[in-house]
Amino acid sequence: MSNIEAHTVAYVRDTMLPEQTPPITEKGAVKWLRENLFSGWLNSVLTVLSLLVIWWALAAIGPWLLNTIWNAGSLRECREILDGTPGACFAVINDRWHQLLFGFYPSQHYWRPTLAFVLLLASLAPVLFTNLPRKLLYVSAAYPFVAYHLLWGGSIWLPVSAALGFVAGFVAFVFARRVNGLLAVFAAVLAPIFWWLFLAQPFNAGLSSVLPIGLEFVRSDRFGGFLISLVIGVTGISLSLPLGILLALGRQSDMVFVKSVCVIFIEFIRGVPLITLLFTASLLLNYFLPPGTSFDLILRVIIMVTLFAAAYMAEVIRGGLAALPRGQYEAADALGLDYWKAQRLIIMPQALKISIPGIVNTFIGLFKDTTLVVFIGLLDPIGLSNAIRADTDWNGIYWELFIFIGALFFLFCFGISRYSMYLERKLKTDHR
Amino acid sequence: MSEPVVEMPVDRKIDISQMKVSDEIAIQITGMNKWFGSFHVLRDIDMTVNRGERIVICGPSGSGKSTLIRCINRLEEHQAGQIIVDGTELTSDLKNIDKVRSEVGMVFQHFNLFPHLTILENCTLAPIWVRKTPKKEAEEIAMHFLEKVKIPEQALKYPGQLSGGQQQRVAIARSLCMRPRIMLFDEPTSALDPEMIKEVLDTMIQLAEEGMTMICVTHEMGFAQAVANRVIFMDQGQIVEQNRPTEFFKNPKSERTKLFLSQILGH
Ligand SMILES: Nc1ncnc2c1ncn2[C@@H]1O[C@H](COP(=O)(O)OP(=O)(O)O)[C@@H](O)[C@H]1O
Ligand SMILES: [Mg+2]
Repeated sequence: MSNIEAHTVAYVRDTMLPEQTPPITEKGAVKWLRENLFSGWLNSVLTVLSLLVIWWALAAIGPWLLNTIWNAGSLRECREILDGTPGACFAVINDRWHQLLFGFYPSQHYWRPTLAFVLLLASLAPVLFTNLPRKLLYVSAAYPFVAYHLLWGGSIWLPVSAALGFVAGFVAFVFARRVNGLLAVFAAVLAPIFWWLFLAQPFNAGLSSVLPIGLEFVRSDRFGGFLISLVIGVTGISLSLPLGILLALGRQSDMVFVKSVCVIFIEFIRGVPLITLLFTASLLLNYFLPPGTSFDLILRVIIMVTLFAAAYMAEVIRGGLAALPRGQYEAADALGLDYWKAQRLIIMPQALKISIPGIVNTFIGLFKDTTLVVFIGLLDPIGLSNAIRADTDWNGIYWELFIFIGALFFLFCFGISRYSMYLERKLKTDHR
Repeated sequence: MSEPVVEMPVDRKIDISQMKVSDEIAIQITGMNKWFGSFHVLRDIDMTVNRGERIVICGPSGSGKSTLIRCINRLEEHQAGQIIVDGTELTSDLKNIDKVRSEVGMVFQHFNLFPHLTILENCTLAPIWVRKTPKKEAEEIAMHFLEKVKIPEQALKYPGQLSGGQQQRVAIARSLCMRPRIMLFDEPTSALDPEMIKEVLDTMIQLAEEGMTMICVTHEMGFAQAVANRVIFMDQGQIVEQNRPTEFFKNPKSERTKLFLSQILGH
C-alpha cells in the first residue's frame, strides 16, 4: 500500500456554521411543477399526453353526463326529452332504485332492511374503532340475531333461542373453567349443541304459542339487489376471518390429523372456481342433505362464499405467520404463555397486522364476488338490472344501471380500503 | 473478537465473585444428550447449579451453548438424561414445563421484545396473563423493574423507538417482572454496539449482586472474571473444562481452552 499521509497540516474548526434557508428555487409551486411534471423531455411528453387523454375522456363523457334526465317513465320518454342530443337517462334509477336496493322485498317493510343497515353501521363502529367504549361490543354481539329477525321476521323466539345457545355455551364455560381448562372447552362446545338439538325446539314452540310476537315473515326469494349483496358479503366477511385464522393455525399445527384436514380443505377450495361451489350450493347440496330438509338458498350461498373466502384468508394469514421471527414464539414460550395465549396476545396481533393488505383484498374480492350469485338465480343488483331491462319500459338501457351499481360497489369497497389504510397507520408501532 | 469491554472497578463495595453460594441445588443436569436429527449436539452433559451461583458458559460458535441453556427452560427438548429445575423434572408433561418456565427468566441475543406492545405492556403481559396479577399491581411491578434497569421514562414508547442497549434492558426487566428464581442469558450483548454493552452488563452485575442464580452464555471475559463463580468451557457439544474464573483464565488445563482463550483475548 502506498497511501501518502494526507493530513500534513492539523486543522481544527472552532466555530460551527449556522443552518441556512434553502435558495428560492428550492420551494413553491414552480419547483413542484418542474420536479414532478417537466423534469425531463420524457416526463414532459408524458405530462402533455396524459392531459390530452384526460381532456378527450371528459369531452366524450361530459356532455352525456351533464345532460342527465332524472324524470321520465320509460326509455322512450327519455329519448323524446333528449331529442337526439347525447344525454344520460338516470330516470331509470329514479324509477327503480328501490328494486336495485331491496329486490322484491315487500315495500311496506322497506324500513326493516333499512334499520338493519343503520344498526349494522352502529354495531360495526365499536369493532372497527377501538377508542369507543368496549361495552358497546355486547351490542355488536347481539346484532346478528337482531338483523336476522329484522330481515326475515317470523317468530322472535327463533333468534332468541339461537342466541341463548351461545349464552348457554358461555355460562357452561365459566362454570367448568373452575374445574378444569379442557373440560371448559368441551362444555362450551357441548352445551350450545345440546341446547340447539334438544331444548331450543320446545322452547321455541312453547313460547311461540304462548307469546306469538314477531315481525311478518319474508321469504328468502323476495330478497334481492344490494340487500342480498350485503347480507352475503357482510356475513361472509365476518365469518371467513375467524375461520381463516383457525385454518391457518391448523395448517401449522403439529397434530397430523388436524393439519391434513386443513391442508386438504384449503387446497381443494382454492382449486375450484367459486361458481362451481355456488352451483353445488344450489343443486347438489340437496342430494347430500337428509331428505325433507329445506335449506335456505341464501344460507347455502353464504356457507359456500364463506368457505371459499376462508381458504384464501387462511393462506394470507399463513403468510403473516411465516413473516414473524421465531424469536417471538420463543419469547412467548419463555415467559410461560401457553399456546392459545401466545397466539392471541403475541402472534396473531402481529401476523394479522402484517396480513392486513391481503385480508382486505380477500374481503373486497368476496364482496364483489357476491354478484356471481346471479348465475344460480338469486337477484343481486346485476340480476335485477337484467330484470329491469326485461320490462318493455326500460328495454335497452345499460350504462346508467351499471354506473349506478358500479358506484355503489365502489363506495363500499373504497370504504373498506380506506379503513384498512387507517388501521395500518394506527397499528404502525415499529420504527417510528 | 474484540477486547473485553468492561473493566471492573476495583472499588466495588461487594466483590461478587466472593459472594456466598447456598448449598441448595437450583438446576441439576445428569447424563443429558440431545440430537438435531442425526446430529449429536449435546453429549453427556452433567452440570449442577446451586442457588445463587453465577455461571458463565463460553466456547466456540456452534459448540451447543445456546442449545444447552435452551434445554433448561425447554425451548429445546432433550432426548436422554435428566434435567431438574427447582425440583421439577422436565418431561413432556406440560404442567411441569409451564411451572419451570414461570420460574426461569430468559434473555435473548436479539431481545425478542414484542414490537406491537409498549414497553410497559411488554413487562406486564406475562404477570397479568400467566400469574393473574391485577393490572394495576402488574404495572407497579413493571415500573419498579424499569426503574431498576434505569429506563422508567421509556415506559410508554414502543420497542422500535429504543436503542439496542435500552431494548435489552427492557428484555431483562420483562423477565424480572415474572419474579424468576433463575435467569438465563444467551449472548445478551452480542448484538449490541460497543458503547451499549456496558449498560447491559452493569444491569446484569446489579442482578448478580442481589444474589440471582444466573447462567450466562457470553464472551465478555471481563464480566466473567468479575461476576462468575464458575466458568464453563464447551466445545463440540461437551463440557470440556470448568473452573473458578481466576484459575480458568490464568491456568487453562485443556489445549482447546488455551486455543480458545488465545483467540478470544486477541493475542
Ligand atoms: N433447530 C436446529 N436444528 C438443527 N440444528 C441446529 C438447530 N439449532 C442449532 N443447531 C445446530 O446445533 C449446533 C449448536 O448450536 P448452538 O447451540 O446454537 O451453538 P452456540 O450457541 O454454541 O453457537 C450448531 O451446529 C447448530 O448449527
Ligand atoms: Mg448461540
